Amino acid sequence: MSTEYISFLDHQGKYKGIRSWIFATDHKRIAFLYMYAIASFFLVGALLGLLMRIELISPGETIMKPQTYNGLFTVHGIIMIFMVVIPGLSAVFGNFFLPILIGAKDVAFPKLNLFSWWLFMLGSMMAIASQLLKSGPPDTGWTFYAPYSTTTGTNVIAATTAAFILGFSSILTGLNFIVTVHRMRAPGMKFFNMPLFPWAIYATAWIQLLATPVVGITLIMLIAERLFGIGFFNPDLGGDPVLFQHLFWIYSHPAVYIMILPAMGVITEIIPTFCQKKVYGYKAIALSSLAIAGVGFLVWGHHMYTSGMSEQARWFFSLLTFIVAVPSAIKVFNWISTMYKGSIDMKPPFVFALEFIFLFMIGGLTGLILGSVATDIQVHDTSFIVAHFHYIIFGGMGFAFFAAIHYWLPKMYGKMYNFKRANIAAVALFIGFNLLYFPQFIIGVQGMPRRYFDYPPRFQWAQITSTIGGFILVSALILMITNLIIGVRRGAKAPANPWNGTTLEWQIPSPPPLENFDEAPIVKENPYDYK
Amino acid sequence: MSEHITHVEEHRDDEASKLGMWLFIFTELLLFGGLFLVYSVFRMQYPANFHEASLELSVTIGAINTVVLLFSSMTIAMAITAIQKKNKKLTLRLISVTVLMALIFLVNKYFEWGHKFEHGLYPGSDLMHLLERGHHLYFSLYFFMTGLHALHIIVGMILLIICYVKVSKGSITNDRFVFLENGALYWHLVDLIWIFLFPLMYLIS
Repeated sequence: MSTEYISFLDHQGKYKGIRSWIFATDHKRIAFLYMYAIASFFLVGALLGLLMRIELISPGETIMKPQTYNGLFTVHGIIMIFMVVIPGLSAVFGNFFLPILIGAKDVAFPKLNLFSWWLFMLGSMMAIASQLLKSGPPDTGWTFYAPYSTTTGTNVIAATTAAFILGFSSILTGLNFIVTVHRMRAPGMKFFNMPLFPWAIYATAWIQLLATPVVGITLIMLIAERLFGIGFFNPDLGGDPVLFQHLFWIYSHPAVYIMILPAMGVITEIIPTFCQKKVYGYKAIALSSLAIAGVGFLVWGHHMYTSGMSEQARWFFSLLTFIVAVPSAIKVFNWISTMYKGSIDMKPPFVFALEFIFLFMIGGLTGLILGSVATDIQVHDTSFIVAHFHYIIFGGMGFAFFAAIHYWLPKMYGKMYNFKRANIAAVALFIGFNLLYFPQFIIGVQGMPRRYFDYPPRFQWAQITSTIGGFILVSALILMITNLIIGVRRGAKAPANPWNGTTLEWQIPSPPPLENFDEAPIVKENPYDYK
Repeated sequence: MSEHITHVEEHRDDEASKLGMWLFIFTELLLFGGLFLVYSVFRMQYPANFHEASLELSVTIGAINTVVLLFSSMTIAMAITAIQKKNKKLTLRLISVTVLMALIFLVNKYFEWGHKFEHGLYPGSDLMHLLERGHHLYFSLYFFMTGLHALHIIVGMILLIICYVKVSKGSITNDRFVFLENGALYWHLVDLIWIFLFPLMYLIS
């Protein structure tokens, strides 16, 4: 560490005050911009979710009208999917740590990176505007299924334009990361010397790049359908609504892997650090990320078993869905094997990582129930689906985000938070989460449809349990965030390497200097070398 | 915080810029890919209608436009060679020819579209909704795909004009011309998409 070390937080550039942030091209500052925006959207989305839970506490109208409820689940979906979980890990921690982990000073195109953030904010503002404009919030669900989306009077055009812009931002981020991994690795770092988080981000970036344009053009077709009646999705004019579903899921299934792959990458960083043990099966984990990205493109049909597809297509998509579970399982087995005979340290990031594995396994295994045609048709469009994807997206990506922030916050801010409160929050989140979503599996099998604001009284026990879980979850979230804020404001100064990690981010001071590495980083052959 | 102040030496990596452009081109291909997918679905469904509707288009104008674009791809490729040989004047001239070709393409397109509009054939028109289903879908696709392509022509033209300014100001030179190369790559993409659009729209039998 040189004597004239200045952290990126204290560095004075061309601009002062807020402009030194919103016009920053430093990848670390951009990561912070994304983080604050995404955290705010997440809280709004969570509050909307809580409102839905309150509505469902008793049958019939409780606090809102059916149309309000339709608007709410659509907004909740649009915010959470397009503005929180798709950018989430890759825009925040990918931006901050991808360059550092591969020993680079920045991403390949810093200005493009800033432009992506501005696009992201523009898209987000449009999405919010679509809720407030006078025709009323869209009520299609976040999937915008035709033909309803082409005929409803609500602000579908504003919402789809927003989704298109957000998609474009995501494409540019992916493009930036691919070029960064190819061109910016430190001298001596080959692909198979990279840590596994960059591997996951790299695989994710390919999905962002190749899948997003398809949904982009599909949303434009939907807009043209509404404006001009081009007829692609209108059976009256010879079109086919199922075609919309195909085009939509060609992107939106891979998008699920945009959400979960970086989460897996985070967990793969945390587990070796807190077991002080070399990661088990490095190459298998690295290549399974690419395998998930590749096979993930070919399974979209499993969202559409009941929409009208040939028998052959259905069993083929089913087979591919089972195949895509294999690389995910490889990762889980490798994480467990890494822990075996390791010296395990139950610090908050590791607690979150363990919770991730548990929740992700429930999500993954129920995914297989949905992947097989016969059982899927029974539970299609029930709350079983709702529970499944919340276990994957919230239990998976969400908990991985919490794990990541507890793992890397000391590096990002140079401050440490209170472990005890963080652990209490982690356990409370886990309890609240399972109370909230597990009952939905049960009543889903019994026939509770999703997206309904009303239900027969026999489902009430589960809905009440879920709502209680929802309140515990939100309280735990508040506790966790408060603890982190207190840590950043008044916490003890964090050392450069608080967890005794081996990857490159722990070789530099906390918070990192402007160009990350004042001295050239030392690249090891295996990034997880704990000897 | 500008790079120029904080970075001691300016970071320059032409390979990275070109890789970035290629990746962007992939996304453009997939954007059009969605439309080609829709096209193939409906053409399978209404082969006879698609053939009949395609007879409404002028193969002559389409063929002229194809030649125009192919020629422009050649001139922009020549411009890159010219800048490498330090011939600034020739480079500028070749870029101008390329932009001129793009303009000719757009003028032809304008007349083609204008002709259809005069007959009441445009997206959302009353006539469109009276057409047979296959004809309706064909013309929807025609306007959608050629319209999106024309938009890309315009973007490409803007890029080429920026190239022109940069060459004349001397910020694109014989040893730093990656911007011109990327502009040309994008222009080839626009050309390539047309090479597929032309037979799919004009030459259906």
